[in-house]
This record gives sequence, structure tokens and C-alpha cells, in this order.
Amino acid sequence: MSDNILKRRKPMSRKARNRITAVLVTSLTLAILFVFLIPLMYGIVTALKTDAQFSQIGAPLWPATEAQFEYEGETYPVYRVPLEDRIRDMALVVKGRQESQFVDINNPQAGLITWEGSWRALDRDWQLDPQWQNFRVAWNTINFPRLLWNTVKYAAITTFGAVFSSALVAYGFARFRIPKKNVLFMLMLSTVILPGAVTLIPTYFVYLQIGWVGTWLPLMVPAFFSWGTNVFLIRQFIMSIPLDLDEAAMMDGASPLRIFFSIILPQSVPALTAVSLFHFFWAWNDYFNPLIYLVGHPEKFPITIGLTAFNNLYSGRTNLIQAASLISAVIPLIIFFFAQRIFMQGVVITGVEK
Amino acid sequence: MTASTIKKTVKKPKQPMTNIRKKEARWGLAFLSPWMIGFLLFYLLPMLASFGFSLLRFNPAVPDESTFIAFSNWQRAIMVDREVRLSFIRTMHFAAISLPIGLGFALFLAIILNSKNVIGKTLYRTLFYMPSMIPLVATVLIWNGVLNEQTGWINMLIESLTGIQAVGTQGLRWLADPQLVYFAYTMFGLWGIGNAMIIFLAGLQGVPTELYEAAEIDGASWLTRLFRITIPMITAVIFYQLVLGVIGSLQYFLAPFVLTGGSGFPQGMTRFYMVYFYKQSFSFFNMGYGATLAWLMFIFALVLTIVLFGTAKYWVYYAAEERK
Repeated sequence: MSDNILKRRKPMSRKARNRITAVLVTSLTLAILFVFLIPLMYGIVTALKTDAQFSQIGAPLWPATEAQFEYEGETYPVYRVPLEDRIRDMALVVKGRQESQFVDINNPQAGLITWEGSWRALDRDWQLDPQWQNFRVAWNTINFPRLLWNTVKYAAITTFGAVFSSALVAYGFARFRIPKKNVLFMLMLSTVILPGAVTLIPTYFVYLQIGWVGTWLPLMVPAFFSWGTNVFLIRQFIMSIPLDLDEAAMMDGASPLRIFFSIILPQSVPALTAVSLFHFFWAWNDYFNPLIYLVGHPEKFPITIGLTAFNNLYSGRTNLIQAASLISAVIPLIIFFFAQRIFMQGVVITGVEK
Repeated sequence: MTASTIKKTVKKPKQPMTNIRKKEARWGLAFLSPWMIGFLLFYLLPMLASFGFSLLRFNPAVPDESTFIAFSNWQRAIMVDREVRLSFIRTMHFAAISLPIGLGFALFLAIILNSKNVIGKTLYRTLFYMPSMIPLVATVLIWNGVLNEQTGWINMLIESLTGIQAVGTQGLRWLADPQLVYFAYTMFGLWGIGNAMIIFLAGLQGVPTELYEAAEIDGASWLTRLFRITIPMITAVIFYQLVLGVIGSLQYFLAPFVLTGGSGFPQGMTRFYMVYFYKQSFSFFNMGYGATLAWLMFIFALVLTIVLFGTAKYWVYYAAEERK
């Protein structure tokens, strides 16, 4: 509609119109982004607050403590006192019902100033005071190094197992003529959307019988038997590698195993990196499996379970919970910022080509 | 892709396998063996065993006391235990709210990021994707704080923008009000739309530009182009996201479990199907009944997938089909 009106009036140049749309859409996006990231800002700011600030009425949004002022060897609370000319920050020295005596913190030499009115009605003066040690307290209370080590170990071992075994299987699906291969392939893809619960109880029971419950084994061993989405992605990639390379190697008498290690694996590095990143973060985030298999063994908890336990124990200490949550996000975010391109390309390949 | 099509044309069915072909198949099977063993050990056998367990009264702590009770568990789950039906309805109710909002938001962001006129697209892409990298437990805890009715910033923002009383016990109690709790959970989910956004974006970039050029010559407005070209051309991507989303919703567990420990607060609203399954199987150790619930979930998932695929032919457009 607006297009037509513009055309009728004066032929506004296409460039100018594009510029207006650009400004409008960009500011809309910025506004959405701001709202989208509010929780993150809240988390950071909250993590830096004192315990006391949560329960105090009139406390500001930013991490702050009530200002104090030292006067003649004693510490007094600072209030915002409205005097004739303007509001001044003054320390309350002598409390009184009808009138109180203050000292101007910017001009203490002037001595006591009497102010008429109830000091209880005054606002406290707050000063910025971020509690950086909250992060240290959270780090120590939650025993973060141990959680981190457990998580890294879990993520690294399962990633290696799942990616390597998936590469083997993907090579099998991509390069060999096998009877009923399509059926097998569809079967493999169907495991991707199979709800995990349907296999859970018998596997849990078997693990319980062989003494694996309470250890990392039930979480790690299955990864070594390939992983549906990984196989799919790597297979797509292998099929784009020219066959000539394989054939040339075969002419030279190389065995399929040799071809796999010296041609397929080196050629598939981009796919393997993407898949590894995905799997790593999948394991980093895994919650249900550690919850079931590691219950009652806090020394083996990964970050996800440790953080939940921490939240249950310290539910009143919002600042520490926010600090611990942020700490747990730091490593994934760092890796993300460095490996962003690989990551997003990987998302595209898994998501669109299916 | 080309490799497999070449093979297909070369392959002649009904021909006895030569020795070379046999050898090739053997090598292939050797490479597939990790998957085949895994499939047998971690999928097929457990699935069948799970069905077997569903016919038992079974507690793993006292396996010797297991008794065969035929279809009693099934009868209980389908006819007697109202919680099964209720938790399934809750799960679907939540999916009906969170999936359209989540996918709609992801698509909306992708359209913005695909627009020619936006300044700083890579930065937006990074920043909108970034929260998807935060561990989900941390996401849930951060949102739990920011949605707090007293000290959370969301209510403060709403109150300062609209003047509606949002802060305080009389305000918007996002996580305690049964009317609001699904919207609160949906909001956590928005921090995980990064993948969907990138996939939609790739889909949008695959729409042939000739279509837009032709539409522009015909004088189609921006909205017409969106609804007549853009969205129809990426229905396949939307469909894929929808199927994954529905299956994922059925297994929704982490957020309600982290926040409520499975208590269902408020008023049972967050006792979703997977939470109920967990309670029965791993809190009460009714594993026979748990296996029944798991099988029912599998059947739900199968039916939902089949229904979705059944609807696909009415609204999903596959570019490849046309080329045939």
C-alpha cells in the first residue's frame, strides 16, 4: 500500500527507500535482540549482588551496597537528604524523631547539620559495589573443577568414540554395495527419532546386573557403536569425495581399511570437525542419562547435574546460582565464538539435506 | 550424491554375485558392524525386552519377586491411571504453545537475517545463536531468576512499559500461575532456537531469486511475496523442524525436572509425560509399569509422526520432486 502512495507522489529513489527499510528493520532487530538478551544481563548483574540487596526495599537494579561514611572514627549510614537547594548525600550521625543531625559527606568540615523531618522517610544512598568474589564462592562451593573435569572427560571420550565409529559406518554406507543397504540405512535413520525411553528400562536393568550403574560406563560405551545423526552427516560428506581417489588407491592394492585411514578420514576433516563439535556439546548438555546412572555419586556428576544439585541446596542464594550458571556457560561460549563458522555450516548440513 | 546414482545405474539386479561383489559386501558389512552390533544391543533387543517388561510387575531392587501380570500394566495405563492421559494432554498442550511460538520466532529471525537491507547481519546471527550454546540447565536457572515475580527484570520491564501491575505477588507469577507457566517454559525455549534459525536461514537462501524478481515485476508486495513465495518454498524445512519438535516435546523433561524436581508445580501443570515416566520408573521403581509407559510413548511418537507425514502431501513442497 505505502509503496503505491510513494510511487504516485514523487518517484522516491529505490536507494532512499531501501535505506529507510534498512533503518526500520535494523532498529526492530536491535530492540528484539535487547529483550532477547535481558536474561543474560540479569544473570550477570544478579551474580554480582550481595545477599542483602535482594531483600532491601528501594535497592537499585545494579549491584550496589548502601553507602557508609566515616566521621570522627565512627561509621554512619548515608542518606539522600533534600535540602533547600538540592538533594545531598549526608551521613546520619544523630537520629531523632522530629529532627536529625547529618554531616555532608562532601564537606565534613562544615560539621553537623540539623535537618527537620523523619530520617526514616529518607532514601539510602547506594553505591556501585560488584561482588566479584561471588564467582569464586560459587566456583568453590559447587567444586567446579571436579564437575568440569567430569564433563570434559565424558564429552571428550564419547565424542571420540561416537565420531570415529560413525565415520567407519558412514564409509560403509557411502562406498560399498551391500545387499539391502537402503533398508539398513532407513533403519539407522529411524533410531534418530526413536524416543530413548523405550529402550531405557531393560538397558538400565542389565547395567544394574553387571554393576555399571553408578559408573560412567553406561554413558560412554554405547557411544562407540556409532550415532545415527553423525553417520548421516559424515556419509553425506564422504559421498561428495570423488571416487577416483579410492579407485586409484585400490589399483595400488590398498585395502579398504587403508583407504579409510589414508584417504577418507583426511578428506572428511570438515565434516568430522562439525560432527565432533555437535557431539561434544550434546554430551556437555546431557542431563537425563547422568541423572539416572550417576544418582548418589556426586563425585562423578557432570556440570548439568551438579548445577541442579547446587540449585536445590542453595535455592535462596540467587546471586550464587546465577554465578554458577554463568560459569558453566563460559567454556561452551568461548568454543562457540572461535568455531562459529564450522558450527553453523554443520547445522546447515544436518538440517537441510535430510 | 552422484556416486550413488552412478552405482544404481550400474547395478543389475537378479545377477548372481561375483566373488569381487561378495568381497565388497563383506568389507561393507565389516564397516557397518559397529552400528549393527549397537543396533542389536542398544535398540532392537532392549525394545523387545521393554515390551516383555511391560507384562511384569517388576522392581529392579527385588528382581526375584517379579510376577507375570499379562496386560494389567497396559490396562492400568490406558483405562485406570488418569495421570497417563493427563500428562500426555499436558505435553501436547505445551507443545501446541511452545512449538508455534518457537518455530515462528526462529523463522521470523531467519527472514530478518536474510533481508537485503539489514545492517550487521553476522553480528545478529551470532548474538541470536549464542544463548543456544549455554547449557540448558543454566538457561533454565537464569530464566527462573529473570521471571521471578518480585525481583525478576521481565516483570519490571512489563510494568514500566505498560503500567500494568506485574511485579509482586499480585503480579505476573510466571512459574506459579497455571495459566502462565507454559508461556514461561516457552520463553526458556526461545533461547534454544539457534539451530532452527540457521536451518531456516539456509532454506531461505535456497529459494531461487528468479521467483522474487518475477513477483516484483508483477507488483507483488512484501507480504504477498512472503506468503506466496518464501514460506511455501521452505515448507520442507518447516516440516522437518516440526517433526523434530513434536518428537522432542514428547520427551520434554529437563526444565520441569530442574525447577520442580518433578512435583508438577503449579497444580500438576508441569508433570509432563516424560516426567511421569521418570517418576514411575526411577522414583517408585515400578519398572514394569515404566516399560509400559515407555512403549505407549513410542506408540504416540509413531502415530504422531505418521499423522504428520500424512498431512505433508497437502502442504509440504519438495523442490526435488518437480525435477523428476
